[in-house]
Amino acid sequence: MDKWPKSILIAVLLGCLIGSPFVFQINPYYYDILLGIGISIILAASLNLVNGYTGQFSLGHAGFMGIGAYASSWVTLSYGYCLGANTTSTTTVFLLALLGGGLMAGIAGLMVGVPSLRLKGDYLAIVTLAFNEIIKGVIQNAEPLGAQRGLGGMVQHTNFFWTFGFAALTVYVVVHLVNSTYGRGFLAVRDDEIAAEAMGINTTKYKVLAFVLGAFFAGIAGGLYAHFKQFIHPEGFNFLRSVDIVVMVILGGMGNTAGVCFAAVLLTILPEFLRSVSHYTWLPLWLQQIAENRMILYSLLLIVLMLTRPQGLFGGLGMPRRRKDVEK
Amino acid sequence: MSDPLLQLENATVQFGGLKAVADLSFQIDAGELVGLIGPNGAGKTTVFNLITGVYQTTSGQIFFDKKSVVGRRPYKITARGIARTFQNIRLFASLSVFDNVRCACNMHLAHGISHSLWRGAGFSKEEAQVEKDVMELLEIFGLDGERDMMCRSLPYGDQRRLEIVRALATRPKLLLLDEPAAGMNPTEKVELMKLIRFTQKKFKLAVLLVEHDMKVVMGICERIVVLDYGQKIAEGTPAQIRSDSKVIAAYLGKETVDA
Repeated sequence: MDKWPKSILIAVLLGCLIGSPFVFQINPYYYDILLGIGISIILAASLNLVNGYTGQFSLGHAGFMGIGAYASSWVTLSYGYCLGANTTSTTTVFLLALLGGGLMAGIAGLMVGVPSLRLKGDYLAIVTLAFNEIIKGVIQNAEPLGAQRGLGGMVQHTNFFWTFGFAALTVYVVVHLVNSTYGRGFLAVRDDEIAAEAMGINTTKYKVLAFVLGAFFAGIAGGLYAHFKQFIHPEGFNFLRSVDIVVMVILGGMGNTAGVCFAAVLLTILPEFLRSVSHYTWLPLWLQQIAENRMILYSLLLIVLMLTRPQGLFGGLGMPRRRKDVEK
Repeated sequence: MSDPLLQLENATVQFGGLKAVADLSFQIDAGELVGLIGPNGAGKTTVFNLITGVYQTTSGQIFFDKKSVVGRRPYKITARGIARTFQNIRLFASLSVFDNVRCACNMHLAHGISHSLWRGAGFSKEEAQVEKDVMELLEIFGLDGERDMMCRSLPYGDQRRLEIVRALATRPKLLLLDEPAAGMNPTEKVELMKLIRFTQKKFKLAVLLVEHDMKVVMGICERIVVLDYGQKIAEGTPAQIRSDSKVIAAYLGKETVDA
């Protein structure tokens, strides 16, 4: 993971580009789940930078996602055809809208982060949670954004390529930051802030950086989500959504990108998989009936997983390390 | 005579009604090895925290290299050239031995976040240089064989040594050691004394040493400052301190002096 070269990123992007038209032809239900996975990966990997690597417990990730979703939707709804009506023009506007949404979320992250990152642990969690609710409250009362009715009518720009392209980019950024001398400052801040400061590490800068980057990618994920579902509602970005993302990070193993991505995939598929179980007529009737209460089953699975692997699925397996280092 | 490297002028810190350090003045010259001793709770670690910016002085001044460090953030003071170790070891638990030291090189790196992402030629060159520097340091202190171990799994003495190595990686002019001999057996203590002297000479450092073990302090310090209840009660060479009646009453006691 340490030397994940640029060429792999480019290969993944190309693969997504070529695969995209074929993937589009699959069953729409599976397509929906697939893109949901990609968006989850972006959310979880970016939150992992904040919660996992830098050790700042944020509970407001969905708030940043909401900012990105609404900001980008507003751009495409208002200026969607300002460059022309052909695909290239509208896609360009869509991309700019995504970046704009990400930037807005990043700026919000900066505004929340600078004053609140001096708080630690539970206190920071509460501040970010409150921030999440404020964002929701503001949108609920913002008439131009549809207020309580939600916002719809966006063109479905999000496809397999954009979703997984940005997912790959997010993972690339997180992995590269954390696996550089410079980025190890994040881990140092998590392990011991006082010692980190004493070693010349500007802890505030690292914390704010992680927070802003995390918010930026959450904003991108929000934009992708909005232009995939074509309808967004303030309740979709509430505190519970934030908890979903935190669960992915904790279940995957704090500070383990591979684990967190795996958890994002798992937790997106699992509720849908449990839904389908109740339709398998070849299963015994009692199993089908249990599966009908899928959300209870889902919660139970989480409890069991946390009891058996409190460090997360991939946690505690050690940091990814270059083979060269080990051999020496 | 040249200016002192570190100078405390009437430094005072107050926590509520308690003056943890009161009107403390002393100085350290470049390359000097000074001991700071006193009974438990005398304010020795507080002095460290004052110098490194963890606490702010209530009044008084602290100069390092002729410039005031009062009100500066700890990382900026470290960048000026003051490094420290901690009484209760504070290594980065989730980082390997190598990465612990590598982190301390951060502020000397020219490359930023964007370089970490793009990984161009300049980045690789600088990373290679850091790797070389860190390995050199680890080799000097005999920790190069443990480079990929997690620091938690190191023996206690090695953890103490690693803290010193990590502090040295910030390229300090003044090294503050907070009870480096705590929990060590007599053999390890002798080793430690050699190590501190060696470090001081090799890196041309001034060292300020807080230590309870009088054999260590008297053995290596050129000058000793004695604190009691936040106040300086004596300052002088080990021989002077040993026979100072105030110090004997407050800290050393009769037997230690006889021994």
